[in-house]
Amino acid sequence: MIARLLLALAALFLVAFLLSPESFAALFQPLTKNGAPPIYTQTALLSLTLSHLGLVALAVLASTIVAVGLGVLVTRPAGAEFLPLARVITSVGQTFPPVAVLALAVPAMGFGAGPTLVALFLYGLLPIFENTLTALQNLPPSVTEAARGMGLTRRQRLFQVELPLALPVILAGVRLTAVISLATATIGSTVAARTLGEVIIAGLLSANTAFVVQGGLIVGLIAVLIYEGFQLAESAAARRTGQRLSD
Amino acid sequence: MIRIQNLTKTYDRNTVVNDVSLTVDQGQIAALVGTSGSGKTTLLRMINRLVEPTSGQIHIGETDAATIPPHLLRRRIGYAIQGHGLFPHYTVGQNIAIVPQLLGWKPAEIAARVEELLHLFQLDPGQFRDRMPHQLSGGQQQRVGVARALAARPEVLLMDEPFGALDPVIRARAQADLREIQRRLGTTLVIVTHDMEEAVTLGDRIAVMDKGVLLQYGPPAEILTRPAAPFVEALIGKSERPFRLLSLTPIADIAEPGSAEGPALPPETSLRDALAECLWNGRDRLAVEGGGVVTLAALQARAEGAVR
Amino acid sequence: MNDPVRSPDITTSLPPQIRPPKTRSQPGFSRTGLLFLALGVAGLCLPLVQFKANRIVLGEGFLLPAALPDVGWAIALLLALILGTALWQRLPLMPRLGLALLGLAGTVLALGFAAKGLVPQGNTIARAAPAAGFWLLCLTFALMAADALSRMGLSRPARWLALGLSLALIALCLGSGVLDQTSVMVEYAARADLFRRSLGQHLTLAFGSLAMALVVGLPIGIAIFLTPALRRGVLGALNLLQTIPSLALFGIMIPIFGWIAANVPGAAQIGVAGIGIFPALMALFFYALLPVVSNTLVGLTAVDPAVRDAAFGLGLTRRQVLLQAELPLALSVILAAVRIVLVQNIGLAVIAGLIGGGGFGSFVFQGLNQTAMDLILLGALPTIMLALVAGVALDLLVEAVSPKKGNQT
Repeated sequence: MIARLLLALAALFLVAFLLSPESFAALFQPLTKNGAPPIYTQTALLSLTLSHLGLVALAVLASTIVAVGLGVLVTRPAGAEFLPLARVITSVGQTFPPVAVLALAVPAMGFGAGPTLVALFLYGLLPIFENTLTALQNLPPSVTEAARGMGLTRRQRLFQVELPLALPVILAGVRLTAVISLATATIGSTVAARTLGEVIIAGLLSANTAFVVQGGLIVGLIAVLIYEGFQLAESAAARRTGQRLSD
Repeated sequence: MIRIQNLTKTYDRNTVVNDVSLTVDQGQIAALVGTSGSGKTTLLRMINRLVEPTSGQIHIGETDAATIPPHLLRRRIGYAIQGHGLFPHYTVGQNIAIVPQLLGWKPAEIAARVEELLHLFQLDPGQFRDRMPHQLSGGQQQRVGVARALAARPEVLLMDEPFGALDPVIRARAQADLREIQRRLGTTLVIVTHDMEEAVTLGDRIAVMDKGVLLQYGPPAEILTRPAAPFVEALIGKSERPFRLLSLTPIADIAEPGSAEGPALPPETSLRDALAECLWNGRDRLAVEGGGVVTLAALQARAEGAVR
Repeated sequence: MNDPVRSPDITTSLPPQIRPPKTRSQPGFSRTGLLFLALGVAGLCLPLVQFKANRIVLGEGFLLPAALPDVGWAIALLLALILGTALWQRLPLMPRLGLALLGLAGTVLALGFAAKGLVPQGNTIARAAPAAGFWLLCLTFALMAADALSRMGLSRPARWLALGLSLALIALCLGSGVLDQTSVMVEYAARADLFRRSLGQHLTLAFGSLAMALVVGLPIGIAIFLTPALRRGVLGALNLLQTIPSLALFGIMIPIFGWIAANVPGAAQIGVAGIGIFPALMALFFYALLPVVSNTLVGLTAVDPAVRDAAFGLGLTRRQVLLQAELPLALSVILAAVRIVLVQNIGLAVIAGLIGGGGFGSFVFQGLNQTAMDLILLGALPTIMLALVAGVALDLLVEAVSPKKGNQT
């Protein structure tokens, strides 16, 4: 209950701060030195936040579609041959540092939102793919057997039984991807993508801690809210089927 | 009616079901028994083509099962398995409605059928229709599983250890209910079990399988009195045979004229229960409701006949 | 489905609904092979190497046959043949692995010799950089090798050996001088000292933060295991710490430790500083705390209550039960945290380059600033290598200390 209340307060603070950053100037004043501005004004924080969120949403959406599609593919008879390969790629791919992926995308894409989008997309594939695979392979065998025995076609089994039952675990993968992408997108500003990382980097360059803190604060708050939102959705999906989430 | 002819299933070089032929008449119950790995489950799963036969034929009624696409065949055949396999994300009502929906029944028709089946299985529709499977007890889940299998009025019902997950007390009750419902609907039923007791209780005929081969197929009394192979004898269990045989016959069959003290037993009481009554209470004769007695001597004679 | 990752024969471990139907006629070729072939052919059709008059300008791409005047066609043909064998389903795994490695070697050697041929002798400004075709071919052959290896179901010692051999091969390849004229190696040669220093800093960042996290995190984990009332608060705080984006956390460390160094007597003497490697080390340390603490807790809680009961029943004290029964049993879970932390911190340490913390990140960000691809690669490739090796090695370690299956129910 207290947690809910804190979350609501955090959301409220976030909205108020984004709509009118100047009203909170006093809050950040102690973090500045030599009369530096307490609030980042070069670009409106709201517009940076929206651009940041847009980038993340686009990348996560694309990762979700592709990763779930691939997860479904390798669990069908036609794609089963790719399963060992897919596993290797996932486990190796997950050790690739996101910053390195981002840096390597630059020469191929040039500066701007492009490389950030590609890096977020690629890095976001793995958690979702892995969770989709786990979920589809650990469905209760009696349920899939019954579905087959009752005469559901492959497609009907996939859409009416397998995917709905896998949903909570897939959602957990999307949550992981979303939170990672949210943080990684800040680094996108080093390659000139318009994200909240711009505020932090401006702070680093001018040794203005107020900028660093407000950039970090906004991203952190959004991450917490997204995390909690997904967890609500997951447990709602899981409760429907009488499963209990393990984490 | 199910007619199985020379059915064989081979995996690589491993023959799991070897040239099995048997016929289950309309409205009868056939129980497939055998140890695990005997091929009984594979045989069952070939009937609705969850496993494709390597060779041989299956006819459901007059239809050759191989001529219909598997998923359409399966919609005509009820299927219930151990651990019920209810869809956990569907309500009880939605679960029962799955096959009728696949067959394109009208919503009103489906709703009526769900209601009817819930009544049949003694589950109050108002109370149970909208519950999720995980909110039911094990016995209730099992009943919904069977109701779902019967939803589209299949001519044939296949069951794979349907009572395996139930505790023994509920299991006896569930078996009795199933038998009664099967008799009422006239469904042809094939049930796989590893439990000889269950096979004797439910089966009109018992098929004993070992290493993929059908060793014996006949009525329970025949299997018990004239086991065709040492394996069948071992499966029955020598020491328990007399009791199993006694449990097949009601006391009305061997009642003699006369009278006895104590409360009278209903005529459908099995010989086994009558024997237990005699031994437990130290009596040598028991009264039968509606007149007559059964004697301990007669019961013993029957039991000895089984051993011989 | 207990351990799908390492099962040698995949078809036996698949649940029935995804087992390939035996009755349906299989295609005569391997589908994964078709993917490899397509990727590889694309690789052959893209430039292998890019020649640039200097390191900043966009260069001109050369296909393999054009890049190596005399033997180019032969090598391209050889690579194509190897790609073709991928289609052959019946080919045993050992030759498959061998062919994949041969393909990889062929690609790398082709790049090295092409670079030697393209860059005029004595010219220190011109660069021959690996291009898309090279990367695609490397990816293809690496995937082929990985696919063959994963299907072999190697034992643990054999996998250690495979890891060691691959590292030796890479070292041989770099040490032999074959690649010396390629752009990345030219960049390396120009700053070999700096590279070694960066490697040292990077390792200090990754391993130092890990060590600190273990020293601090293990006792915290044990404490919240013994005192459940503390769990919510501690884990909540650590979770919150994780949501701060790395860039900001690194940034915030600077003023905080700068202030501490200036105002707390003695702090500066023990190494606390607001500049250099220290703030980066602390940021990585904070990120590493959550995995260590939560896995310690999970590992300890997961110990079979029967074991705990038995230990107490034998008369062991709380301390003895912890040291002799619970911690050894939780070791594999704690080691799993070490894997997570190490791989994560090797990657995150790159960001230290942005705040003057050193490490390979300084090459990456310097490269980004100058649009010098080769410099980015010089920072990114070793980082990826480090993370990969750490990941594989720790996976093997975790497996070695995990309780055998069957002992646990």
